[in-house]
Amino acid sequence: MAAARVLRSWSRSARHLSCVNHIQICRSIHAVKPKYTCLFGYSSFQFSHPHRLLRTTSTVSGQIVQFKLSDIGEGITEVIVKEWYVKEGDTVSQFDSICEVQSDKASVTITSRYDGIIRKLYYALEDTAFVGKPLVDIETESLKDSEEDVVETPAVFHDEHTHQEIKGHKTLATPAVRRLAMENNIKLSEVVGTGKDGRILKEDILNYLAKQTGAILPPSPKSEIITPLPKSEKIQTIPKDKPIPLPVSKPKVFTDKDRTEPITGFERAMVKTMTMAMKIPHFGYCDEVDLTELVKLREQLKPLALARGIKLSYMPFFLKAASLGLLQFPILNASVDENCQNITYKASHNIGVAMDTSQGLIVPNVKNVQLCSVFEIATELNRLQKLGATNQLGTADITGGTFTLSNIGSIGGTYAKPVILPPEVAIGAFGAIKVLPRFNEKGKLIKTQIMNVSWSADHRIIDGATMSRFSNLWKSYLENPASMLLDLK
Amino acid sequence: MLIPFSMKNCFQSLYSLKIPTAGYKNIAKGGLILQSASNNIYQNLAVEDWIHDHMNLESKPILFLWRNSPTVVIGRHQNPWQECNLNIMREKGIKLARRRSGGGTVYHDMGNINLTFFTIKSKYNRMENLKLIIRALNAVQPQLDVQATDRLDLLLDGQFKISGTASKIGRVAAYHHCTLLCNTDWISLSSVLKSPYQGIKSNATPSVPSLVKNLLENDDTLTCEVLMESVAAEYAAYHKIENNIILISPTDETVFPGINKKAEELQTWEWIYGKTPKFSINTSFNLSEQSYSEIKVYVDIKNGRIEDCKIDAPDHSLPLEMLDKLSTSFIGNKFCQSETSVLINALLRTCPKDYELNTKWHLLCQKVKSIM
Repeated sequence: MAAARVLRSWSRSARHLSCVNHIQICRSIHAVKPKYTCLFGYSSFQFSHPHRLLRTTSTVSGQIVQFKLSDIGEGITEVIVKEWYVKEGDTVSQFDSICEVQSDKASVTITSRYDGIIRKLYYALEDTAFVGKPLVDIETESLKDSEEDVVETPAVFHDEHTHQEIKGHKTLATPAVRRLAMENNIKLSEVVGTGKDGRILKEDILNYLAKQTGAILPPSPKSEIITPLPKSEKIQTIPKDKPIPLPVSKPKVFTDKDRTEPITGFERAMVKTMTMAMKIPHFGYCDEVDLTELVKLREQLKPLALARGIKLSYMPFFLKAASLGLLQFPILNASVDENCQNITYKASHNIGVAMDTSQGLIVPNVKNVQLCSVFEIATELNRLQKLGATNQLGTADITGGTFTLSNIGSIGGTYAKPVILPPEVAIGAFGAIKVLPRFNEKGKLIKTQIMNVSWSADHRIIDGATMSRFSNLWKSYLENPASMLLDLK
Repeated sequence: MLIPFSMKNCFQSLYSLKIPTAGYKNIAKGGLILQSASNNIYQNLAVEDWIHDHMNLESKPILFLWRNSPTVVIGRHQNPWQECNLNIMREKGIKLARRRSGGGTVYHDMGNINLTFFTIKSKYNRMENLKLIIRALNAVQPQLDVQATDRLDLLLDGQFKISGTASKIGRVAAYHHCTLLCNTDWISLSSVLKSPYQGIKSNATPSVPSLVKNLLENDDTLTCEVLMESVAAEYAAYHKIENNIILISPTDETVFPGINKKAEELQTWEWIYGKTPKFSINTSFNLSEQSYSEIKVYVDIKNGRIEDCKIDAPDHSLPLEMLDKLSTSFIGNKFCQSETSVLINALLRTCPKDYELNTKWHLLCQKVKSIM
């Protein structure tokens, strides 16, 4: 019988639980006394402070209510508890999800019927729970504000207000108070609750609004026109049915908290790498590169590459020029051991390209750039970019690098101070390509495409002169791309 | 095996009705038949969520018809590592999704129809829905021998499973959805639904593998379009509503406010992998074909993240402190290949330059990654 009643009440739209039904359901629950479910007139705005109406229970703790597992339908008598959304001591509001149970391919979300604090969980994960037996104990406030007011129907679009309850931000407030807040477009998280356990009372909402508008609000829970601010004359007419937008200039109650979380995943890898890098004494060297000719060349070659199915950026040129430079200055493609006793000159130019993915920084490398044509480099970069975008870069792609380039300019910037990725000894970062005026050799002012490059190198084995000469060579290849032809193998 | 068809054919055969301007919240008649214009599993699952959360189904039940591009869909409380071959799926670009209803793992592609029956809790009756489907099938092909089992599967000729069921019960509403195999690529299906991962110990709901068959094999008139129409017609007759299939776009925020957020949530790592019930892996492998030394790996995973990890090389083929370093650095990370790669790479930078050790280290890391 109780089951049928429960079903009937479920079948109405969500919060239309009138007290009469409530009593009927409560009969199957021993603890709650019918007295507490009396209707409270909402006409008085001398709103009920919870403690005032507590008669038989102590003012310190509320009633412990055994919340039983209600009938699920189809004659199901037992289910398996699969996930708890709450733990003992958590505060829940009516309609918050308590747990997920499973029976015979049906997954059921059990929601709370009461506002209160969870005092006991009767089952552990994977336990079998029985319909009609207690699921959790909830300590409720003995006061139940009247449910006669029409509150939210199931089709609610004010995400932040329903989800405030559901998504773990447990602000204690009765449905009527929530409605008042919603009508006035107030975030419950911004209101300081003065009730028990920080519960937000109607008084708190009214006070908050009064502070905001500098006026006393009428007592009715329905939203009324708030008298306009004396300060802002801009507000001429206030549309009657729309909630009044809060003026931005007023200081808001800041209730955000600090948030600490462990460092894992990509960030942890970055922590480890950069901590190692700290041992390397870095020196920086920056220069300006005139890419006017390269820009023209790329425009010519872009359609050819596209015809072959490859997107051509500037990076393949930068990589190839770097490789040609490394042939002349192999010390930049080297590696030193722990104590800097031995230096290993790496034969392959595996040039790494810094990539920003949704998970963080990752540096895959193009293998053997010294053997690749510009087109082959472009193809490989396309492949790595695709894999990077879907977080599918393999170990082979990200290990074995000997030199790194970072095109931070694709996001923005001019100068950088890149950090070397051990066991490498040098790294370069490019700024954005900007159109700037420069003087040519005839002293005339011309429009040029300028990019800045910032190199960092390990000063234990590389000196400024070496870096400078390498940079000049690399620069010359890019400023006059035709000269690359002379040295291409 | 696969008969290619275009979505266009499918839509031309539909009767589409103008979408009511008030959205779907207030429907005059006693029910609705909806069909999704999208083949994206996440968008379609988001539609189910949206209807379940926002629509008033009192005396207005809804039938939702949808199909997806190749995807593996696991049940709410299942373990993807136990249920399917994630490596093959990554290679072939087959998506993985976790639905909110319980039950087992299924493979979806365009040869599989999904039917969702939305009702209020009191009208939730799965057997009734299955009987409706059987009637619809027999309306097209009266000789077809289809029976519903106790497990709420549909069996063809008494032995081949052509449909599996799952459902979700909420506070006021419930839905029952099931598949219908018309013309699925069963080669993909069987390769993808076989887990290669060894040593998994978990309490996640296991799937019950069954022999399957495509309806099209029995009778080549039973195409997806024909079957969808037939089910819709049967539903309309049963609920005494007009047989009008409304085409909906699951990305339309004006009709389904908030739906894109739901679809996004279904795609996050935290939902798909992080909701896996606690499990552990206890496995071992040889570093290479030549070596006989067995490396033992033990991993505890909770919420998709590694809670505890031990790697043992019993005959000291690898230095103990390196193994310890590796296993402790995994703790807290997601149990996923890309995070592991990046971490291994960072550790490799710190490891000594002994060539032999390096190669062993590389191999070990590859093997460890392969269990993810």
